[in-house]
Amino acid sequence: MNWEGRDTNLPKSRLTICSYAVVGMVCLLLFGFWKLQVLDSDYYAQLAERNRIRSIPVIAPRGRMLDREGRVLVDNYPSFSVLVLREDQALLEQHLGEIAEGLDLQPDDLQQQIDAAKGLPRFNPIVVKPEATQADIAFIESHRADLPLLELLMVHRRKYPNGGFLAHTIGYVGEVNEKQIEASGGKLRPGDIAGKSGLEKTYNDTLIGTDGMRRVIVNSLGKEVGRLEQKEAISGKPIQLTIDSDLQVVAENALGPQQGAVVALDPRTGDVLAMTSHPAYDPKDFAVRISKDEWQALNDDPTRPLLNRTIQAQLAPGSVFKVVMATAMLESKAVPEDFSVICNGAEDFYGRQFKCHIFGKGSHGRVDLHDALVKSCDIFFYNLGKRLGIDVISHYASELGLGRKTGIDLPGEQEGLVPSEDWKQRVYKQKWYPGETISVAIGQGATTVTPLQLAHTVAGVAMGGEFHRPHLILGDKDTKETGFPISEATTETVSQGLFGVVNEAGGTAHSVKLDGIEFCGKTGSAQIISNEGKARAGHVGKELVDNAWFVGFAPRRNPEIVVAVLVEHGVHGATAAAPVARDVIKAFYDKRSHEEKKQYTVEMKHYELDNADSTKAVAAVVDAGEAKKDK
Amino acid sequence: MRQESWIRDFDWVLMVPVVGLCAIGVIQIYSATRGGNLDGLQWKQLEWIAIGVLGMLILSRIDYHAVLEQAPVLYLVTLGLLLLVLALGKAKFGARRWLDLGFLHLQVSELAKLIIIVTLARYLSELRTERLTLADLVKIGVFTGFPTLLILLQPDLGTALVMVALVAVGLFLAGMEWKHALAIVALTALLLPAAWHVLKPYQKQRLTAFFRPEETSQTSGYQTQQSKIAVGSGGIHGRGFGQGTQNQLGFVPVRWADFILAGLAEEQGFIGVLVVLLLYLGLLLRLVGTAQLAGDRAGMYLVMGVAAVIGVHVLVNTAMVIGYMPVTGIPLPLMSHGGSSILFVFLALGLVMNVRLRRFVN
Repeated sequence: MNWEGRDTNLPKSRLTICSYAVVGMVCLLLFGFWKLQVLDSDYYAQLAERNRIRSIPVIAPRGRMLDREGRVLVDNYPSFSVLVLREDQALLEQHLGEIAEGLDLQPDDLQQQIDAAKGLPRFNPIVVKPEATQADIAFIESHRADLPLLELLMVHRRKYPNGGFLAHTIGYVGEVNEKQIEASGGKLRPGDIAGKSGLEKTYNDTLIGTDGMRRVIVNSLGKEVGRLEQKEAISGKPIQLTIDSDLQVVAENALGPQQGAVVALDPRTGDVLAMTSHPAYDPKDFAVRISKDEWQALNDDPTRPLLNRTIQAQLAPGSVFKVVMATAMLESKAVPEDFSVICNGAEDFYGRQFKCHIFGKGSHGRVDLHDALVKSCDIFFYNLGKRLGIDVISHYASELGLGRKTGIDLPGEQEGLVPSEDWKQRVYKQKWYPGETISVAIGQGATTVTPLQLAHTVAGVAMGGEFHRPHLILGDKDTKETGFPISEATTETVSQGLFGVVNEAGGTAHSVKLDGIEFCGKTGSAQIISNEGKARAGHVGKELVDNAWFVGFAPRRNPEIVVAVLVEHGVHGATAAAPVARDVIKAFYDKRSHEEKKQYTVEMKHYELDNADSTKAVAAVVDAGEAKKDK
Repeated sequence: MRQESWIRDFDWVLMVPVVGLCAIGVIQIYSATRGGNLDGLQWKQLEWIAIGVLGMLILSRIDYHAVLEQAPVLYLVTLGLLLLVLALGKAKFGARRWLDLGFLHLQVSELAKLIIIVTLARYLSELRTERLTLADLVKIGVFTGFPTLLILLQPDLGTALVMVALVAVGLFLAGMEWKHALAIVALTALLLPAAWHVLKPYQKQRLTAFFRPEETSQTSGYQTQQSKIAVGSGGIHGRGFGQGTQNQLGFVPVRWADFILAGLAEEQGFIGVLVVLLLYLGLLLRLVGTAQLAGDRAGMYLVMGVAAVIGVHVLVNTAMVIGYMPVTGIPLPLMSHGGSSILFVFLALGLVMNVRLRRFVN
């Protein structure tokens, strides 16, 4: 090409326009930077801080639960949850298989968990494995560099006694629900752990600590690269229970595989010394995260393991109610003290035959109050009931603590029922039939009580009308209730009768007599269905077999311990329930003798009192017992 | 040309912003990559700068008319390379842009930009008229459109846009008529909806992210947001060298290359940005000044082509960093890490030197 004749005429003005364009462009860009860096700088500085700083909660351990002697009943153990950081989706997808393999999870399950969290903000990590094993921890630690997606979060989990020991009383914890979050006024957040039942629930505010906060610097992959300040977690406060582990062990073992409940109270204070309900669930099932299936199975179980029978079983008290009847008779003075009847095994009232428990095996002959208590003569109390009338009976039953909650510091307590004319009119809109009073007089009919109520009532009577609210926290003040003073004479007569039940030949619980201990009590055998009903049903299944009751105390005057025992379908109070109460009372005195370096009165070795704080597995004991039978 | 005059006539003024920007770039690359798995990237960048300077010196010695002579050959070679890269190029981030030459992953589109500058200068300088006819427009459209299309297919939307801007500046200087310009703009507006369907999903996402940034997090919207946070949190004075949390903790995406200005804005603040933009202003004005001194139209077109490409790069990259434009993957000339980009800029500056040196010759 010939460049000689080239065009040297340049478009000067257009080039000048280009210079202006360049200046304009730089000005525009500078304006953009000015806006971001000078005008909105604070806003973006905040965003940058939020980017690099992540707050990680430091979970506060819950307070421990101790028994009355300071032995640990409920503790915590550290556990790690595996978190997956989801900020880098591509990296996560890429390593999904590797993570699943390393954590021993099904890749599909893992994918599902990640998919389920799609709606949550990306910076929220999700828990993919609540309980990391040693292998998981090793895997995560060794892959920190190449798999910056996994994190470990230290949490504290509840360590409950084995095999359902004290299970219903202790209760269990779980993730808070919407209602609890609302009620807490901002203290609880979703995912927090709180008490769901038992003492865990009642004393949640004490037990729960204040979570701390760790502020860390993270990089764009969410990996921790540095630390800022840390707000320490404040542990929850421990609570010391009135429970005596030694007695609790005895109570658990004595009740054994039987369905029922045991409550031991100190009548002088209202301290609950032992409290058990069988069958029990294993609170460990709740410690991590209970599955829907497990929960459903517990609810559907016909033996109702979730029911705390000590405060929630509302059953007819049977002959134990005669303690109330005796007190009513002597205090109301509606009948003379020497009131006596002749027992022929059965008697007609209002045109219907009412039988004594001795019916068919003989008769009690002439019985006064003392004999009637000792032998549990029904005929005497039928007549007494007829003389007193339902209003007097219901007045004394109510004053002695039945038909209302005892106010124990456990959630879900039931009231039981003391029938009266008013009650029947109110609920059934029917008149009270005098015949019903006859049944009520021996603790049948509409009357229902809980084992705890019965223990509380008998304790009050034995204490001469001094009542204490049953409670589980040691040193609880103001437990003394407005009493219902009972005269010295009445207390003496009634307690003498109850002493006779155990200690007189012919007493219904003579078989459980304890040498050297003034063991008193009252047996009970409560029908679940009337005799006529049984006859109609023809076949009587286990679920309709009578409940066995026994409420005992010692010593006779100024008692130190009251024990109420319910054995469902145990038939006879004397054979099914009384031995359990005997074992507990025996253990109570043996322990004291041991502490006072006295001789044991009874052989107690099989209860392993010294190892009580190992919280022996009741279920395991039961299994072992059954295994022995099989051999 | 004697040796002394070459040294005397060498454009030392132009080298002030060039050296300044390179130095700031290298320091910023060091800040952005130290301690990470890209540690030491600044040394590679220095190597490329050295090679680039060498290339620039060589190219400035060859008469640009000789280069223009070879325009048809260069053009065909470039087309061949663009086809080759589509056929067996190395894919990164879902796009085929690189040819593996062993020592360099050559980004062919960078080379294509240079060749189009030369080809366009040659074509426009031969027109010898103050007004462009429609036929000229069509011809230019075809021979620049073809490589642009190949670049779009890689896909490399950013470079294609730079091509369009380059041609636009050329046409403006060549005296395009306003009615033609308006007609082209109108036609483009009509074709845009159709073009939407041709875009790759990630490109669509970037555009969507640009217009609705709140809907995306980790992707382009996230990148833009992180970039803006870095810039904004820098304030007037910056957080200091190596102290920008957005930069150091990796929140700023590709902070050693496309988003290098975000890291700089965070660590050196508005003052640092002001220095950088003034250096670019100096560079571009010096280029326009050189164009005004050019010995002929061909030289002018060459220099203005280089100015257009560098200017559009700065505009698009910087606007992306402050969220004024979608993320397109266009490097910041002289500062962003990348061999092809550095090599291109220095070779282009070699052409500019060439034109300046020969302004009195003949």
